[in-house]
Amino acid sequence: MASDCWSLPETLCRFPAMEAKTLRLMRKTIDDGFRDIVRSWADTIDAATVPLQMFLNALERAFAGSPWVLVLAVLLAAVWATSRSWKIVLGTAIALCLIGWVGLWQDTMVTLAMVSFCTVVAVIIGLPIGIAAARSDRLQRIVSPVLDVMQTLPSFVYLIPVVVIFGIGKVPGMIAVVIYAVPPMIRLTNLGIRLVDREVTEAAEAFGSSARQKLWNVQLPLALPTIMTGVNQTIMMSLSMVVVASMVGVGGLGKNVLQAINNQFFTVGFLNGFALVAIAIVFDRSSQAFGLRLQKHREAGHD
Amino acid sequence: MTEATPILPVEDDDEAVTGRSGIEIRNLYKIFGPEPERYIAAVKAGLTKTDLNRKHGHVLGLTDISLSIPPGRITVIMGLSGSGKSTLIRHINGLIAPTTGEVIHDGADVCRMTPAELRDFRRHKTAMVFQKFALLPHRTVLENTCYGLDIQGVPRRDSEPVARHWIVRVGLKGYEGSYPSQLSGGMQQRVGLARALANDADILLMDEAFSALDPLIRLDMQAILLELQSELHKTIVFITHDLDEALRLGDRIAILRDGRLEQVGTGQDIVLRPANDYIAAFVREVNRARVIRAATVARPVAAGEELPQFSVPGTEVLETVARHMTTAGVNHARVLGRQGQLRGTIAISDVLTAMVTPATAPAGPLAKG
Repeated sequence: MASDCWSLPETLCRFPAMEAKTLRLMRKTIDDGFRDIVRSWADTIDAATVPLQMFLNALERAFAGSPWVLVLAVLLAAVWATSRSWKIVLGTAIALCLIGWVGLWQDTMVTLAMVSFCTVVAVIIGLPIGIAAARSDRLQRIVSPVLDVMQTLPSFVYLIPVVVIFGIGKVPGMIAVVIYAVPPMIRLTNLGIRLVDREVTEAAEAFGSSARQKLWNVQLPLALPTIMTGVNQTIMMSLSMVVVASMVGVGGLGKNVLQAINNQFFTVGFLNGFALVAIAIVFDRSSQAFGLRLQKHREAGHD
Repeated sequence: MTEATPILPVEDDDEAVTGRSGIEIRNLYKIFGPEPERYIAAVKAGLTKTDLNRKHGHVLGLTDISLSIPPGRITVIMGLSGSGKSTLIRHINGLIAPTTGEVIHDGADVCRMTPAELRDFRRHKTAMVFQKFALLPHRTVLENTCYGLDIQGVPRRDSEPVARHWIVRVGLKGYEGSYPSQLSGGMQQRVGLARALANDADILLMDEAFSALDPLIRLDMQAILLELQSELHKTIVFITHDLDEALRLGDRIAILRDGRLEQVGTGQDIVLRPANDYIAAFVREVNRARVIRAATVARPVAAGEELPQFSVPGTEVLETVARHMTTAGVNHARVLGRQGQLRGTIAISDVLTAMVTPATAPAGPLAKG
């Protein structure tokens, strides 16, 4: 031992960690305390999550339970409504038909329901926080490190308390996905508003805009390209998170991928993976086309 | 010809606008930094800009500005970059709050207004035109022009006809549906001007409004502004770094340097009687023929002197007077005041002398009565 330590004293050589006993006690106190709190609030938590649970089930039934022809028609109509591009609609149709043909229609619909809802929730949460962070430097200083933690903390780690609180099922899965998907929405909304040309916001003030008028007339419209990038990133993050969420009981393509990993089902893994990629591309292209369409004033400009 | 050219007061050539309030800026100081109040006493006692910056890390923006801006006139605030002119104009509509000092309009101090009062003041009393136009890129020309009225809560039904009227007045008829990015710089600034005029505010603040434009377009815009002003009589505060622009537009010119007012006066005052070497250096290259007016160089009529037949208006600049006189082939002319009264006589040689005599500082031989 002494030779490893280059004849340094023991305390300078091996890091003086706290005793195993203390660590054990700490762990036990925190874990038990947390569990007790959750137990004592169990009824309230259940009551709060049941409506959400029911809604998620209903949404999943609407996507996966309806006749495929109907769902396909609605999806294509939605893609057309957002993108106004026949190319994207055609690509979506081909992708969805291929998915159905390899027998993944149901699972894909389950995933689609989950991702759509999580994205909506993430945008609803992220947009106001982003706006608030853009208005206040102090809030930005608080929010920014929290987002860093949310994005770098391995998702499995925050799945543990989520599962302790909410159990296994769609609700904890949704929460995990939203936590993972909301940071880009907040960051890019904040950034977008902060990057709005200072002279234009000054003009809004010089004409006597209230804070609300400035937000709706100037900041949000001018920050739109960046905000749309945020929405796009949120969708992509949700999609990549559904595989992890399947570990806490979310069905769909993620569950298949998880099974394929466990059983080394090469083909099943790739088919499901590609189905996810196909959905991602559909979402990406339609949301980008939508963003471009909102900025038609940028066309044919010369500046 | 070394003889001094006589100068007559020109007050009676200016019609005073009565019944409206101008803007009174009184003892305005602005210090930028985290704790401006801490150093204001030291600055008032004579702490210099350099010392304030080096020793205390604060920037002295404006020092003891007192300026009275008359109603219905164009007041130009001129200075080079960093002179504080943009800071000064932003005090008038409260975009920047002073460290100490007052900005009085209509008996109210803009600096003491509550946020709601200030909003109301900006909506109804002022309009602003910006250097880089600051148009809303997602709105059409028409919608941009409606902007100020939108903010006031005027429904589009009422604001659109107003906006269309001003779009026509600034010469953009037919472009109502275009987006700013489809227009050239000059056209975009016309939209900026229409947007400000649609507000029907008495005070028009123009922050280097034409500085970003090409020289020819700039002359064009200056002409538009002068033409509109001749019938609107707004209280215009115009910021520029260009002396020629200041002389062309300004009924009064205030020259700002390092946050201090160096001189305030008419274009003629500044060209003929620069207050110091700095301003003298500035005005040396000016085309004096376009600044000095006939009444200024007119000689008093001696008793029993025979008057020339040809007459020129005293408000005309020498360039125009020289053109008139040479076209008519005369060497002498009568100079008439605004009401047609006799102001004196002028000889073509007087015109030439006034054109070529450089200004010296401080107040040289030209200042002699």
